[in-house]
Amino acid sequence: MELEISDSDASVDTHGWTVLTATGEIDVAAAPGLREQLVELIEAGTTELVVDLEGVDFIDSTGLGVLIGAVRRARSADGDLRLVCTNSRLLKVFDVTGLDEVFTIVDSVDDAVAVAVDGI
Amino acid sequence: MAEIHLEIPPRLDYLAVVRLVVASAAALDPPLPESRLDDLRLAVTEACSNAIKAHRPEAEDEPVVISCRLADDRFQVDIRDRGPGFDPDALSALPDVADPKRLQHESGLGISLIRVLTDDVTFAAAPDGTIVSMTLNRPSPSA
Repeated sequence: MELEISDSDASVDTHGWTVLTATGEIDVAAAPGLREQLVELIEAGTTELVVDLEGVDFIDSTGLGVLIGAVRRARSADGDLRLVCTNSRLLKVFDVTGLDEVFTIVDSVDDAVAVAVDGI
Repeated sequence: MAEIHLEIPPRLDYLAVVRLVVASAAALDPPLPESRLDDLRLAVTEACSNAIKAHRPEAEDEPVVISCRLADDRFQVDIRDRGPGFDPDALSALPDVADPKRLQHESGLGISLIRVLTDDVTFAAAPDGTIVSMTLNRPSPSA
């Protein structure tokens, strides 16, 4: 399975937040594509991002590193990066690495945007 | 004790194949529970990724070797590369997740993930490289 990322033109713009939808496996082979997309968006000024991981069934430490780098870049530009994830397989990885305390992880894009709008 | 050997070119795009083969072997009776198969997939990916990166500069034309050993009470997977080896205990600890400096570190989680996700792991220097051996305990028939 390949990682598929919606390009910026196809991303859904919700309350000013841009949603990237990833599917497949985000491992060390696929992660560079995700990094390139996120860096490109943030450098272009899109710093309020939601990454939808609902279609992702595997993530490794390199994939986690890409998300860490993206949230750092976004927050440095007064933005943020929120994650949508309900897959217990992925949630366990965020839990054992402690990264569930770094990221805002919610159940749906609507929740991610609501959190963003509410500033919770 | 059944054994399964897999040889792959030192290329990261083979990791998905390694995950599939190793997890399929571990699903043979008595299978690892699904949650442990997930642990195995990630641990093997981390170890094999490190092996490929270390191996490629030293022996690009030789394979990285993955060996699965299926005992009644445990599943062991060994990953052998031709890399120069490393001391896993010498790796620097990452800042606490509550520390803003944590976000400066995009790498460094692989070895700690392997340790958390497996029941035992050893990193051994071999005459011509490194062997990472990971063990996950299999459920007893009565479990």
